[in-house]
Amino acid sequence: MAKELKLMKGNEAIAEAAIRSGCDGYFGYPITPQSEVMEYLMLEKPWEKTGMVVLQAESETSSINMVYGGAGAGKKVMTSSSSPGISLMQEGMTYLAGAELPCLVVNVVRGGPGLGTIQPSQADYFQATKGGGHGDYQLYVLAPASVQEMYDFVFDAWEIAFKYRNPVMILSDGAIGQVMEKLYVGDYVPRWTDEQIHKIAPWATFGKPASRDHNIITSLELDSAKQELHNQKLQAKYREMERNEVRFEEINCEDAEYLFVAYGSSARIAQKAIQLGREKGIKVGLLRPITLFPFPTKKLAELSKKVKGMLSVEMSAGQMVMDVKLATEGRCKVEHYGRFGGMIPTPHEVLEALEEKIIKG
Amino acid sequence: MTEEIIIAGFGGQGVLSMGKILAYSGAMQDKEVSWMPSYGPEMRGGTANVSVIISDERISSPIISQFDTAIILNQQSLDKFEHSVKPGGVLLYDPNGITKPPTRKDINIYKVAATEKSAELGMAKVFNMIVLGAFLKVKPVVTEEYIEKGLLKSLPERHHKLIPDNLKAVETGKELVETVHTL
Repeated sequence: MAKELKLMKGNEAIAEAAIRSGCDGYFGYPITPQSEVMEYLMLEKPWEKTGMVVLQAESETSSINMVYGGAGAGKKVMTSSSSPGISLMQEGMTYLAGAELPCLVVNVVRGGPGLGTIQPSQADYFQATKGGGHGDYQLYVLAPASVQEMYDFVFDAWEIAFKYRNPVMILSDGAIGQVMEKLYVGDYVPRWTDEQIHKIAPWATFGKPASRDHNIITSLELDSAKQELHNQKLQAKYREMERNEVRFEEINCEDAEYLFVAYGSSARIAQKAIQLGREKGIKVGLLRPITLFPFPTKKLAELSKKVKGMLSVEMSAGQMVMDVKLATEGRCKVEHYGRFGGMIPTPHEVLEALEEKIIKG
Repeated sequence: MTEEIIIAGFGGQGVLSMGKILAYSGAMQDKEVSWMPSYGPEMRGGTANVSVIISDERISSPIISQFDTAIILNQQSLDKFEHSVKPGGVLLYDPNGITKPPTRKDINIYKVAATEKSAELGMAKVFNMIVLGAFLKVKPVVTEEYIEKGLLKSLPERHHKLIPDNLKAVETGKELVETVHTL
């Protein structure tokens, strides 16, 4: 595959990946810090090149329901927004999960609550991994930590979304959205033909051949026994994801006595804190969850038998730390360090927190 | 080699685009690069800044709080970033509008009268490239030929005719930079 070097913002990488991965439709509404996704798409005019639809909807509520419609037809469709906009989409998200519709939702998180701030934050972890909408459902959640991953994860998202018939979220933040880094892009993947869609998504409401009954896409089932069966099927699917689709990265873990657990831009900051710590002789490593659901629970359980303590570094008041505690079951000390409201911790601050809360504490 | 740089000034001075050209040039020279802008309310009419990292190694954090070099283009930014320069590092500033010059003795300080020069030449648009030239004279982190390649890659084609003027401005900056204090 021909690899071409580009220099791009994370948000632009999402848009470029959408075009190159054969996305059929993007529906969105502008909000800082992710507006470059749609801006880039509008400039690139993919409808002239690949036939991909790009539409600015009148609101986020509208965009997510356009996604529902497109996904129901077996198309590769997506939206992107930032925290307040993603909150508006939560009804649509639970409907998509209930109706088992594959799609991609990108959240370039900013500080909350409410309108909050436009600066980076990771305070939407609970919303992304523990619901957000109502009912027992899970999104598959990918957390990119570089511009390259913003690009690559769009391709991965389609794979997972269609394999499991489940919505996928890319949970990024303002820093990864705005930073410009080197990016290698590959060849264009053609959009699926009608025949391919019939084969890949036989459940889709995409023209009924005489050979089968009507397909019905709905999240409604008033017969409780049937609704329970549907829920059991969903839960079995989530357990399968937990068995097969966990992703993480280990950095300097081999000899580590202490561990940072961090995702997204916090993981980048933690990497710098590792350099600073190792210069001082502190054996510290990083476990970076790449999937937030399914969470690398097993890996953390294993590491908790080897290290003296873990510091969960998040730009939130402490959300992922609860999953770290559940995974480690008290085998080692677990604390949280975070800044919020759009403040970004410095590597020095993160190292200091490790020394104070874990090593001395 | 890892060079961590902050460029800070008023919105409209070409702070972000100067950082972009530097980052593109580094990328063309096969370096690892990152470009992290401020995107807050300041870019809507106040101060603007961007952190650029150019390195031979994989860049850990693109978000940094201490810098090898600070390129400062107004008083507010000088007040804000003078103390974020690492000891032994470089502070380069344009004296235009500076009422309280830098005072640190543990860093190397240079100035470049780029505002004045670009007005004199009637080329306000290449002001930022004069500053870039001054920086490259002090810290040659990317070489000339890659600046040209960076410009080609970062500027839209309709602006490619302006590249010779930009390169001339880089040269001007190299000649114009003055030492204020070195260790």
